[in-house]
Amino acid sequence: MSDPLAPARRRRLTARLPEAWRQPLAIVGVVIAIAWLVIAVAAPLLAPHDPLAQELPRLAPPGPGHWMGTDQLGRDILSRVMYGARVSIPLTLLLVVMSVLVGGLLGAAAGYFGRWVGETIMRLADLVFAFPTVILAMVVAAALGASLTNAVLAVLVVAWPAYARVTRGLVMGVREREYVLSGRLLGFSAWRSLRVDVLPNVTGPILVLATLDIGTALLLLSGLSFLGLGAKPPSPEWGAMVASGVEVFDSWWVATFPGLAILTVVLAFNFLGDTLRDALDPRTARAIKERAL
Amino acid sequence: MTLSITDLKVTIGGKEILKGVDLELGEGRVHGLAGESGSGKTMTGLAVLGLLPHGSRAEGRISLGGRNLLGLPDKELNKVRGGEVAMVFQDPATSLHPMLTVGRQITEHMRHHLGLGKAEARARAVELLGKVRIPGAAEAFGRYPHQFSGGMRQRIAIAIALACSPKVLIADEPTTALDVTVQAGVLRLLRGLCDELGLAVLLVTHDLGVMSAVADEVSVMKDGLVVESGPRAKVLREPDHPYTRALLESLPEAQEEGQ
Amino acid sequence: MNPLARFLIRRILVAVLLAWGITLVTFVLTNLVPGDPVAANLGQRALGDPAIVAQWKSEHGLDKPLPEQYLMYVQGLLHGDLGESQQSHRPVSEDLAEFVPATLELAGAAILVSLVLGVAFGVVAALRRDRLPDHVLRVLSLVGISVPTFWLALVAFYVFFYRLQLTPGSGRIDPGMSAPEPITGLHTIDALLTGQWDVFASAAGHLVTPALVLALYTIGLLTRFTRSAVLEVLGQDYVRAARAKGLPGRTILFRYVLRSALVPIITVAGLAFGSLLSGTVLVEAIFAWPGVGQYAYKSATSLDLPAIMGVGLVVGVVYLVINLIVDVLYGIIDPRVRLQ
Repeated sequence: MSDPLAPARRRRLTARLPEAWRQPLAIVGVVIAIAWLVIAVAAPLLAPHDPLAQELPRLAPPGPGHWMGTDQLGRDILSRVMYGARVSIPLTLLLVVMSVLVGGLLGAAAGYFGRWVGETIMRLADLVFAFPTVILAMVVAAALGASLTNAVLAVLVVAWPAYARVTRGLVMGVREREYVLSGRLLGFSAWRSLRVDVLPNVTGPILVLATLDIGTALLLLSGLSFLGLGAKPPSPEWGAMVASGVEVFDSWWVATFPGLAILTVVLAFNFLGDTLRDALDPRTARAIKERAL
Repeated sequence: MTLSITDLKVTIGGKEILKGVDLELGEGRVHGLAGESGSGKTMTGLAVLGLLPHGSRAEGRISLGGRNLLGLPDKELNKVRGGEVAMVFQDPATSLHPMLTVGRQITEHMRHHLGLGKAEARARAVELLGKVRIPGAAEAFGRYPHQFSGGMRQRIAIAIALACSPKVLIADEPTTALDVTVQAGVLRLLRGLCDELGLAVLLVTHDLGVMSAVADEVSVMKDGLVVESGPRAKVLREPDHPYTRALLESLPEAQEEGQ
Repeated sequence: MNPLARFLIRRILVAVLLAWGITLVTFVLTNLVPGDPVAANLGQRALGDPAIVAQWKSEHGLDKPLPEQYLMYVQGLLHGDLGESQQSHRPVSEDLAEFVPATLELAGAAILVSLVLGVAFGVVAALRRDRLPDHVLRVLSLVGISVPTFWLALVAFYVFFYRLQLTPGSGRIDPGMSAPEPITGLHTIDALLTGQWDVFASAAGHLVTPALVLALYTIGLLTRFTRSAVLEVLGQDYVRAARAKGLPGRTILFRYVLRSALVPIITVAGLAFGSLLSGTVLVEAIFAWPGVGQYAYKSATSLDLPAIMGVGLVVGVVYLVINLIVDVLYGIIDPRVRLQ
């Protein structure tokens, strides 16, 4: 009997999740997110025009043939918004996965090994936290040179510490629990106990954090592009499209639709993440059972 | 009888927790309510104060001075709470607000219910703190709960409960969270206050040892029903119900005592 | 010694240590990144001439080894010298003195609005949990944290200024009006202090839209956090004990629940202030708000190292001060922190 408690604690984590999926807010979030994924994949089939072709009248308001209007170069905004999904969504997901990996690994190492490894990593995280994200990311992006890849790296620099902190806290909490201690006493290696005992307990909260972070990452990434530190023209990146709308702000449609695209994607993942967080956070769940004033 | 509970039924989210509980509390008497966790003894105590959890429904009658507490509007009930019926909770570490001074917590409901002025309330609070044997009562008034030990905190909680001279005191496992060494002191205090002030005390506990030390009457609950009720000596020495016998037999001290 | 004073001194010492860390980070960050400030500041033709490049480097101390550069930098800092901006050719400290108050006014107004509305909404949501107000506030606050600030700024500018002409346009004050005597550097406060009501009205009018745009995110954030903090406290034994004492609901809410909930709320408010500072970079551009966000943006894109370091330092220190304030508030609210 190597691990008598394992099934019980796995169930504890997974049992609460399915309920969350049935919440209306989560369903709305999933539907919007899937719709955007479909648009991203099928943009070449769905888009009525070439996103780069300057073939329509310039700054035409929304109307037949160009339902979201055209920009100052005569490009179809609807098509550009659709193609924009292919730029922003994969990059954002990649960014969050990388933050989870980098932050999670560093945080787990900090929590598990403690002492100077942990101290060094966490002080580094503290220092990143000492600066407002956009300003730090902006400086990093500017220093690396304006490009979408560098913008992603810049966001990564400011995004990992959150995961490091959460993972470290969770790992430290789990590390002291009896089943981990007993595993160590039975002679299992540190790596095994990290993988078998600790990992399943931190995945839930990290997943929730990552879901919520997809929104934050997209906002930051498109913000950098808006500042001209990310995607370069003529790329149909949403933040850059909003920026191009600033110059012609009386043609409201140029900036409005790409902004709405960002808003809906971020909102979808926030709806989802918020529901998942409620499902996972037992302290909130406990409070709900008590009576209001 | 000071307080009598008749045929109290409580459902929470459709599940029946109490299935018709009858209890009588008399002046100057300690009524012990025993039973394992989940038997409904805590719910019985909370029902008296109308503090049942969200989504509960209570039926039956809880009469105090001719009124049925179950039917009282919130405003009236708030006058009963703290004023006529007071409660002491299990863990004084969590039932006292950590950021309010002892003095604040002991005087605020006095001032609200009894309309006392600041100085009067303070004088009475210091007197009460002395009565529950807090050393240096006057200094204790301005201190915070975390500056006291567990046993002292529970004494403070008792002083708070007694502040408005209630007729009924519900003590929900008042010694469970305390060190064994201070349990006896808190129980003696409760017993003494009950005799001195003529309180009707409902002592909820799973600990039959505690029960035998201070209770006049004992009721035993199981699955939302009172299965046995009577004078302490009778219930603890010659139990009628097999469940009471089982409870008694599970006590190591009881077995020793019997030999 | 007074325990609160001792607590404060401990906190200030930690803050000083962190401030030193910030100088190190700003320095390392601006020197280890691969961007080439020489290329960014000298034209193509000048770059081809090694003599000009060398002269420029030695003028800016860039020919010395890094540790020496850092020492020079810190020495300068101690004398209030933040270097000279390569863009404006003015001392960075002068630039900052001009731009920081504008941003602080904007962010300060936004955090005030966020605290008032966010806490109020959060409390309402918690008390009406799982009922209509809670659901509505939940959706609204999630929308609030999902809106791209830079886009919202543009929409607000278009709708309220361009279309409806309800709000004044860009800048901090009406073009024809002269700014009030700088006392705090915050136009609204200065106008009040000098009793110039028309200036105050103009400054406040200019402040409203950008501050609200900036605050939307933090209102949403604080609403969600306040809700869960209040729910958490509502489940505490001491709240039930307070109810058992027969205290009126309002007393319980303000004295028992909010007092405890305030601890996590001010933590988040401190973090929220950081995100407001972030937001200023995006919002200031749209409203032509002459603040540190725009200055940071211009310095970053032109790799104006002294200016970037100055901004990093000031922003880091502002952050530290906010954290210090949060710590002090902890000490005031929670006696367990103060009386350890």
